[in-house]
Amino acid sequence: MKEIVAIIRPNKLDEVKDALEEIGCHGVTVTEVKGRGRQLGITESYRGSDYRIDMLPKTRLEIVVEDEDLENVIKTIVETAQTGDIGDGKIFISPVEDVVRIRTGERGGEAV
Amino acid sequence: MDVLSSGDTAWMLVSTALVLLMTVPGVALFYGGLTKKANVLNTMFMSLIAFSITSIIWVLYGYQFAFGADMLGGIIGNPANLLFSGIGVDQLSGTIPETVFIAFQLTFAAITVALISGAVVERMKFSSWMVFVIAWVSLVYVPIAHWVWGGGFLSALGALDFAGGTVVHINCGVAALALAILLGSRKEAKLLPHNLGYSVIGAALLWFGWFGFNAGSALAANGLAGQAFINTNTATAAAMISWVIIDYVKTGKPTVLGAITGAVAGLVAITPAAGFVTVQGAIIIGLVTSVISYLSISYLKPKFGYDDALDVFGVHGMSGLWGALATGLFAAPFINESAGLFYGNPEQLLIQIIAIVVVFVYSFVVTLIIGKIIDMVMGLRVEEKEEIEGLDISLHEETGYRI
Repeated sequence: MKEIVAIIRPNKLDEVKDALEEIGCHGVTVTEVKGRGRQLGITESYRGSDYRIDMLPKTRLEIVVEDEDLENVIKTIVETAQTGDIGDGKIFISPVEDVVRIRTGERGGEAV
Repeated sequence: MDVLSSGDTAWMLVSTALVLLMTVPGVALFYGGLTKKANVLNTMFMSLIAFSITSIIWVLYGYQFAFGADMLGGIIGNPANLLFSGIGVDQLSGTIPETVFIAFQLTFAAITVALISGAVVERMKFSSWMVFVIAWVSLVYVPIAHWVWGGGFLSALGALDFAGGTVVHINCGVAALALAILLGSRKEAKLLPHNLGYSVIGAALLWFGWFGFNAGSALAANGLAGQAFINTNTATAAAMISWVIIDYVKTGKPTVLGAITGAVAGLVAITPAAGFVTVQGAIIIGLVTSVISYLSISYLKPKFGYDDALDVFGVHGMSGLWGALATGLFAAPFINESAGLFYGNPEQLLIQIIAIVVVFVYSFVVTLIIGKIIDMVMGLRVEEKEEIEGLDISLHEETGYRI
């Protein structure tokens, strides 16, 4: 099992969510986050003074999938969340040791 | 013998309510949107409490000293009706009830002191602000209102100020500068609006209410009120366009904050001139004023390093100064029987300059003294940790947003 953490543009959330549902990936946890990447934010201008806004709002998705579904889910996120401009975000993948469904106590792949 | 005009009275009642709309909620929203999220309530509260305190002062003794019969050689009015005693329900001031005139003037005093708060937000103690409001309205606003409007020495000299270029805008702008200098800079002296939409609503309410402020200053529902009305709108529109052009030239992009700042600068600049100039004059006054306020904010403020947080001096002080000067340039004799330099009366410009200098110096010096005394007695500034935490929580135990 793998955990996928995807940082995407907030306005891409609905599109990504729908695309994931289409490939049968239903479970997702979403958080509103702030952060910055290599471009170090954007510039805003108020009454002639420029300010660097270096923490931009992003949306963070957490998804846990079986190993065989991993590539398909990654591909779906990349395809739907991509605009080609700076600030599209990143995907981080890490192994998951175990999963427990609280309602039934099931473990492992059954619980995902 | 004065006779009551129900048309004038109706218009002045409406105008009074319109000017109230400028402070509560106009200034409160305009300023509230420009501050940090953690200071939004404190910022709005400063305007609200200023309005209430001034309202009480005005009926008890403020109006009486400002508009009582002149005494002491034009310095102050004779307070014959202290505590509102002896002001009859049918007593007239021109063609309107005196009560209506008192209420109308009250809203001017209140907005003037509320405007000062913009320079000192995010770091001033609320208790000290309340004491400041009492002292400032009593010792600065009331005498200056008497000098210019109440039959004092500046009006005897012939100074022209239709709706408050000197009394309201130069006065509040200069006082704001003095108080900001006394308080010192915020820890994070940035203008990063937390909710610019509030400010757009606030500026829109200011624009709307300003018709009561300027056209109401005709004190009648007549042609002069109409002239002041169209001049007000014209100068405001011109100033907004002018600021947007400056934005384009300087940064390549027009900004909404620039547009509403320009609009307010235009409203300020036309205020003293509204009932004296032509529409053509109003266009020039509006176009020029944005340049003056923009330069003041972009060059004067960084050069001298004072933290006029929301640019009260830059917008109200400087545009007020330009408006008062411009009245001495553009006043047209066929509008309101007063001529400026461009209509062959250079002396008027000189009188305007005298009025500007007197108000500038008096307001600056007395505000400094009031502020210094409050600082020594109770302190002007909040604790550093309160400033970092935000004034809404540390001074009021409230927050603007639970989301």
